[in-house]
Amino acid sequence: MTLVDGDAAEQLMSPLQQGAARRSLRTARDGGAICLLSVPDIRCGGCVSKIERALNARDDVASARVNLSLKRVQITPSGSRADPALFIAALDRLGFAASAADDATATPDPTGNGLLRATAVAGFGAMNIMLLSVAVWSGALGTTRDAFHLLSAMIAVPVVLYAGQPFFSSAWSALRVRRVNMDVPITLAVLLATVLSLAELLQGGEQLFFDAAVTLLFFLLGGRYLDQMMRERASSAINGLARLAPSGAMVRRPDGALAYVELEEVKPGDRLVVSAGEYVPVDAQVSEGSTDLDRSLITGEPLPVLASPGDMIEAGTLNLTGSVEAVALRPAAESFLAQMIRMQSEAERNRGTYERIANRAARLYAPVVHLMALLTFLSWLWTTDGDWQQALFVAISVLIITCPCALGLAVPVAHVVAAGRLMRMGVLMKDGAGIERLANIDAAVFDKTGTLTTGRPRLEPVIADVADLSAARGLAIRSSHPAAKAIAADLVAEPAAVVEQVQEVPGYGIEGRIDGRRARLGRGDWVAEIAGEPASSPTDPAFAFAGGAPIGFEVTETLRDGVHDTFDAFSRGGLDLVILSGDSRERVMHLSHDLVLTDICAGMKPADKVSYLENMRHEGRRPLMVGDGLNDAGALAAAHVSMAPSSASDAGRTAADFVFLRKGLDAVAATHRVACRTAAVVRQNFTLAICYNCIAIPLAVAGLVTPLIAALAMSASSILVIGNSLRLSASPEKLRHGTRRRRLKKAAT
Amino acid sequence: MSILSLLIPVTLVMGLVGLASFFWSLRNGQYEDLEGDAERILYDEDDRPLPSRTYKSPKEPTP
Repeated sequence: MTLVDGDAAEQLMSPLQQGAARRSLRTARDGGAICLLSVPDIRCGGCVSKIERALNARDDVASARVNLSLKRVQITPSGSRADPALFIAALDRLGFAASAADDATATPDPTGNGLLRATAVAGFGAMNIMLLSVAVWSGALGTTRDAFHLLSAMIAVPVVLYAGQPFFSSAWSALRVRRVNMDVPITLAVLLATVLSLAELLQGGEQLFFDAAVTLLFFLLGGRYLDQMMRERASSAINGLARLAPSGAMVRRPDGALAYVELEEVKPGDRLVVSAGEYVPVDAQVSEGSTDLDRSLITGEPLPVLASPGDMIEAGTLNLTGSVEAVALRPAAESFLAQMIRMQSEAERNRGTYERIANRAARLYAPVVHLMALLTFLSWLWTTDGDWQQALFVAISVLIITCPCALGLAVPVAHVVAAGRLMRMGVLMKDGAGIERLANIDAAVFDKTGTLTTGRPRLEPVIADVADLSAARGLAIRSSHPAAKAIAADLVAEPAAVVEQVQEVPGYGIEGRIDGRRARLGRGDWVAEIAGEPASSPTDPAFAFAGGAPIGFEVTETLRDGVHDTFDAFSRGGLDLVILSGDSRERVMHLSHDLVLTDICAGMKPADKVSYLENMRHEGRRPLMVGDGLNDAGALAAAHVSMAPSSASDAGRTAADFVFLRKGLDAVAATHRVACRTAAVVRQNFTLAICYNCIAIPLAVAGLVTPLIAALAMSASSILVIGNSLRLSASPEKLRHGTRRRRLKKAAT
Repeated sequence: MSILSLLIPVTLVMGLVGLASFFWSLRNGQYEDLEGDAERILYDEDDRPLPSRTYKSPKEPTP
């Protein structure tokens, strides 16, 4: 069995992929080896049981377990010499593409578990203290009441000290840099409520706020945990997307042997071998062989370019047709890819810090509330002729009742619900700030290649002999050039002719013999060399038999689905629409002739794109950038808010605030609609919270607040805000579940 | 009312046991794949029908 698998692994995977598969091996806690693979196509329990059954049946697997939430497989190999490439090959045969899991996602984030623990402790405290408080409110007297109060204190003090830590540390770090965030009033209220209640307890007083302090913590921790979960899920989903490039290179040693080398260990002067279908690992100069390179992610040119000895090739370009040897010019840290990432982090720094709406609210809210408490203290002191204890009690109860519980929940709960909604639509949101920014954009900037277009060109209708067309298709299916793929796919009605002696000439086309006649499919001028007459255009693809008349093919880019819907929706909403492309002006104009645009910029270099967006921002504009390429990574980071399709380069996906998994561009307009509705719900939540304060503050200032009123009012306002936010998940739009349901059905049978 | 002195400690101990078992399950990785566990239950590992079933499964080919 292993022998067969070994063959299969070699057939399916290049040496580069086999080398990269070894990155998935990790040392487990007990010292043994485990293999962590990221499998983005796992969708349901059917996939889980299919994979687990197949892997657990293997001799070289001790146990395999799938994690559906993280879309990851953890394999404990039996025996010491496990080859992860075999597992990847086995998964591939089941129809799942797998790759070594990222280090960043290998260990779960400790913050999430810490918050969950704090929430559980606060929940325990809130339940038990409330139980005792209800007895006190309903009229327990004398020693019973004092005992209950003492018990409440014994539960509340450790719970507040443990569960309040996330708020205390956040408030402290804000105060240290002399800023105010929402956690400052929260911390103040919780601590004061606890201290005041302890003081009252010592004096045998009646009014203790232990229940309010702990319930408050419980509600707020719940909101904060959900917020954290949302971000964790989105980032693990984005990291789990299939990586475009294995991070390593095949290097030819001086003795002629090929070896897999980690990307960071590639040195200038190393001889790299880049086979067809692989990405160029570092900037290099071709020394042997020639090939077609797909540079669409680098420059935005949709059609491949020829690279032959002496040409420079940039890291991140995809090698399409031939195998080449190249000499590395720069180490990975200085390659084009790394430069793009530097440009991206620079743009991010220049973007300035966006102040979250909750913090802006806190900056207004905290001073008002604290001032009000001070005034209450002074006026009570004055009216009661210096009864400072009474005055202090009322002032602190003002602070407790104005503790921004509803305000603290107003934003995160709405964002969590919106993120869940977006995830169902196939849009991943990285954090809440993105959705706040998306709601107030005033312009939308699009990249062309790969964003507006599908990346797969389409063939215009051709009129020619059936024999010629089937011969052309026979040649086209042998090539991985995008134009050939388009010809093969769109001439599907023709039977493919049998071709012998196929030979692919990178940069020109493909040649072979059909029924003994020589035939060529490729550049017009190259085909014309063997044809009887020149082709219609020297650069467009053409086909001819030796001595025959050439047939010209016109290959054009296709727009993604939903481009028109998105542009219509945005222009109705009064947004400016711009296309920034690295491609030539004619191609951009040809593609966008029926779109209403404010500006078209062609031939843009990565730095031009960044400066275009930075200019917009200096003019006070708030642009949305939608792009996919490596050349867009800087622009995505420079924009007010950004989106990328899941087909984007790794750098593009990292830079964008949103990643959409759907094929159509209508996801952009749909996400914008959800963002606007979320912003409306957040505003409503703030209004609700302010209304609550308008009622509660006068009562507190008048000294009428008892612990019972405080507990009821604060819980009621929080529940109101949560209920209002949940309205976001009720969707008026019908979502397309068809594909998922079909897959489920397929998996179940 | 003296029963309270027994009942309240019982309540607290029960609460603490619940809290401790939650911490234990959290550390044990029970919450690492909530989605997966929800779906796993729908798919039986055991493909053979239970012996008590006497009727023919519709999937079996009819001779």
